[in-house]
Amino acid sequence: MIANFGFGVLVVSFLVTLYSVFAAIYGDRTKNAAMVESARRAMLLTWPLLTLTAGILIYLLVNNHYEVQFVYEVTSRSMPTYLKITAWWGGQSGSLLFWSWLMSAFASLVTLRKWDRDREFLPWVIVVACVTMAFFIGMNVFFENPFMQLYETFTGIQPATFQPADSVLFTPADGQGLNPLLRHPGMIIHPPMLYLGFVSFVIPYAFAMAALITGRTDDRWIRLTRRWTLWAWLFLSFGLVLGGRWAYDVLGWGGYWGWDPVEIAAFMPWLTGTAFLHSVMIQEKRGMLKHWNMILVILTYALVIFGTFLTRSGVLSSVHSFAQSAIGPLFFAFIGFTLITSAALIIYRWDRLKSETRMTSLLSREALFLLNNLLFMSILVVCFWGVIYPLVSELFTGQKVTVGPPFYERATSPLWASLLFLMGVAPLSAWGHSTVKTLGRAMWKPLVGAIVITAFIFATYTQKVGALIGFFIIALVLLVTVYEYWRGVNARQRSQGENIFTAFWNLTGRNRRRYGGYIIHISMMFMAIGIIGIEMFQSETQGTLAQGQSLNIAGYEVRYNEIASWDNMPAGVRYTRSSIDVYRDGEFLGELNPRIDYYFDSQQTMTIPGNRSTLKDDLYILLVDWEPVSSSGATFKIYVNPLVNWLWFGSLLFLVGIVIAAWPEKETERVAAKARVRATAKQPSAAD
Amino acid sequence: MIKILKAASTSTKLPLAILIALAFTLTLTLMASAQGPTPTDDEVNRIAKQLYCPVCESTPLDVCPTEACRQWRDLIRTQLAEGKTEEEIKQYFVEQYGARALADPPNRLASYLVPAIAILFGVLLLARGFQMWMKPSTTETNASDPRGEAKSVDPYVAKLEEELKKQK
Amino acid sequence: MTESTIAAPRRGVPLWAQIIVWVLLVGLLVIVAMGLNRAQQGTVQPGHKIDNFTLPLFSGYELDGKSEINFEDLRGKVVVINFWASWCKPCEQEAAELQEAWEQYEPSGQVVFLGVDYVDTEPEARVYLKKFGITYANGPDLATRISQYFRIKGVPETYFVDKEGVLQYVQVGPFTSIDQIRAQIDPLLK
Repeated sequence: MIANFGFGVLVVSFLVTLYSVFAAIYGDRTKNAAMVESARRAMLLTWPLLTLTAGILIYLLVNNHYEVQFVYEVTSRSMPTYLKITAWWGGQSGSLLFWSWLMSAFASLVTLRKWDRDREFLPWVIVVACVTMAFFIGMNVFFENPFMQLYETFTGIQPATFQPADSVLFTPADGQGLNPLLRHPGMIIHPPMLYLGFVSFVIPYAFAMAALITGRTDDRWIRLTRRWTLWAWLFLSFGLVLGGRWAYDVLGWGGYWGWDPVEIAAFMPWLTGTAFLHSVMIQEKRGMLKHWNMILVILTYALVIFGTFLTRSGVLSSVHSFAQSAIGPLFFAFIGFTLITSAALIIYRWDRLKSETRMTSLLSREALFLLNNLLFMSILVVCFWGVIYPLVSELFTGQKVTVGPPFYERATSPLWASLLFLMGVAPLSAWGHSTVKTLGRAMWKPLVGAIVITAFIFATYTQKVGALIGFFIIALVLLVTVYEYWRGVNARQRSQGENIFTAFWNLTGRNRRRYGGYIIHISMMFMAIGIIGIEMFQSETQGTLAQGQSLNIAGYEVRYNEIASWDNMPAGVRYTRSSIDVYRDGEFLGELNPRIDYYFDSQQTMTIPGNRSTLKDDLYILLVDWEPVSSSGATFKIYVNPLVNWLWFGSLLFLVGIVIAAWPEKETERVAAKARVRATAKQPSAAD
Repeated sequence: MIKILKAASTSTKLPLAILIALAFTLTLTLMASAQGPTPTDDEVNRIAKQLYCPVCESTPLDVCPTEACRQWRDLIRTQLAEGKTEEEIKQYFVEQYGARALADPPNRLASYLVPAIAILFGVLLLARGFQMWMKPSTTETNASDPRGEAKSVDPYVAKLEEELKKQK
Repeated sequence: MTESTIAAPRRGVPLWAQIIVWVLLVGLLVIVAMGLNRAQQGTVQPGHKIDNFTLPLFSGYELDGKSEINFEDLRGKVVVINFWASWCKPCEQEAAELQEAWEQYEPSGQVVFLGVDYVDTEPEARVYLKKFGITYANGPDLATRISQYFRIKGVPETYFVDKEGVLQYVQVGPFTSIDQIRAQIDPLLK
């Protein structure tokens, strides 16, 4: 009964989005403002409607309504309540609803802003947002209904939206339970963050399309969407980082990133989004690259949809894939529709997007930003090809192939290195003009510093050429960025008479985007240190130990004490936990407990590593196998991952940097608002 | 050989020569039998790392927990014990299970050439773009730069940008 | 990619660029469509004429003394193709039934059972075959060519091919009784 009601609300929200689309188009065509307003209100309504739908679904999940197929598939009685709630996005249909719900939240937010200056954009923003929403809700309504119930008929038990004739509702005693991999805290936040990043990129796209359709292709749409893009980028980045951390903690690969097609699918919009964040500055400062920015926004949106499609249609197989389903063809049609419309529109409006100025120097900041874009696009091309190549190979040669980490690492590492290097050079070059001389003057000090540091690393730590190049670039960028920061702080100290901390604080506050960007660059370097550490200096060993025996690796002595197995029936898990003592140079460092969890309901195991983490390295131990009877011998896989903690530390700093860069700049907005008020000479008090 | 012959020619050192020859054959047989017993997990994993089992796609063999993958690792161990080289083992897996057992597509040309061409195309276009962009500015120089004037004189980048910030 | 911004500052997109864009776009869509089509397709459907394939056989599991089977040479006989693997638990449920069915049909000489061992290692496969006393022809699915042709979704799956080489029935998942197997073979013998 409740399930049917939920489905009803879902259908209503679908109809409302459709109405919104048509009302907006009709209102725009007939210049009927009331109609557009009606469309806007309809769009506002989607969020409460979908919230109600989601609320009903959560109610069913929490209260063990196993007659609902989705509830049966993703929850079980042994799961705690918070997991039952997060199971909402643990399966195909639920996560689609989650997608729509987040999308509607963003759509509502965007409609609530002041539209007075951009009235002509409004109907088209509504159209794009609501078409996207209608599509996702439509998939729920027609193909993946989360409120489908189980009915017992003559031919057996079958799920159906409406009760089939001569059938009775069937309620299983218990559900199948959530995939244990999805029970990790990282996995609880990772998908929402990723989805948030995905859906929030729909808004810049909607504005870009509105600009193209209305022909108002000045910088306005860029100014409107810049901050959206930053927030979208924040969520996407956070989602990716969490995914990495989750993989490190739960998947038991000893790594954080496996170049899995689905990981790459989430990574590709990040690449274009990052490229956009850089090139958008060129448009703002120099009035150039308008076409290119438009293309990047469209690409980002297309990659978001494409990534979602790849994960859910069964085209690619991967650890992250949802079960195969019928939504593929509809999804494909939607992708084709958006790609073709976007391309046609941009070609149609091409001449409207002229550049206002010209490039004057190959070393100017805009030129270097273009290089940065080229590098991001190159990485994108490699990733895209890597994802699509198995498909191409199978279709045209009949040969299935795997494109694994070696391909991506080989093809992208020079690109990453160049990108890092650019990070060191670009902040020193000026907009418009820059010559070798000016650049050289700005660079020589950090350059000398970096050479000294690299020489030191060469003498004390490693002689690997690749790693040395990496450390050299990292040192250079860090020095350049810190030097730039310091110059700014110093200038403020002198001119404003502030002490060093207030100078630092005010400097960042005054130009958040720039200094937030610097913090992001610094954090990138920390992450690079971690990545070089784990990629180039990881050591691993595996061995079967009897009790009391030990293994030596990279200066650590790992001694196996004992292993114990017990059942936690309420949670439905069998834990097998080993106890390992870690020594270094005879000194006891601590105990680690790598374990294997076996979940009865889903019949799956999870390998939880024991990890001892320091800034220098991580000692990461996996329990691979053990003798169940004698409980004397157990096989362990041990990794030493040098410097990997810098990756997580860098990720945190990275998020801080984005928040600083994306934080609304009150002053400039107030100035803009005041200017606007002065111009219109009405409502003098409304500005603040 | 020569040394042994020399040793053989001098009658006093004959026992020593025999001893050396004996020790030589002994180490040889020891080395041969050393290949025989079980290779270590690390040796197995070194090869397993480079292989992918179709049963659990996109999970490297060395960390894949499924039964099928465990069997594959045992197979690597057996083959190592038989004295097969890494290349031979990988070749065997390709014959048995197809090219997808390898982490890297076997057709290097196709897999690397396409992105390389695309990137090259991008580089060429950017180069051409720079060319076209720069050309008019040489004839019109500063006149064509109405926006850039505030930033065009820039020996003291930091100072200027500092000023810009104050303008806000 | 940045090209277009520059190539035509005052005109529309040059024709060549438009052509390239559309060709790439359509090409991508076609590839994705084909991939999707393949993913949506189930196994080979009944009514499909099965093309020739070769199956090398494990020693000790040859067919009439031949160590390799050419599917076309089996024309005129009903062929039961069973995909299995030693790591596959559900396969074990039907192993005894399949062997029993084989023993019933073997004397007639009109039916051939082929076990196709999917992504498996030979030593383990032999242990499995011995454990269930399987005697019919068995061999490895080299480079997964046969399973790819049949587009199997997993193991076990069993394909019943009639005397003309046309697929008649597909069983996904294990058989629960010998009657289930007989029910598919007997009509094909008439």
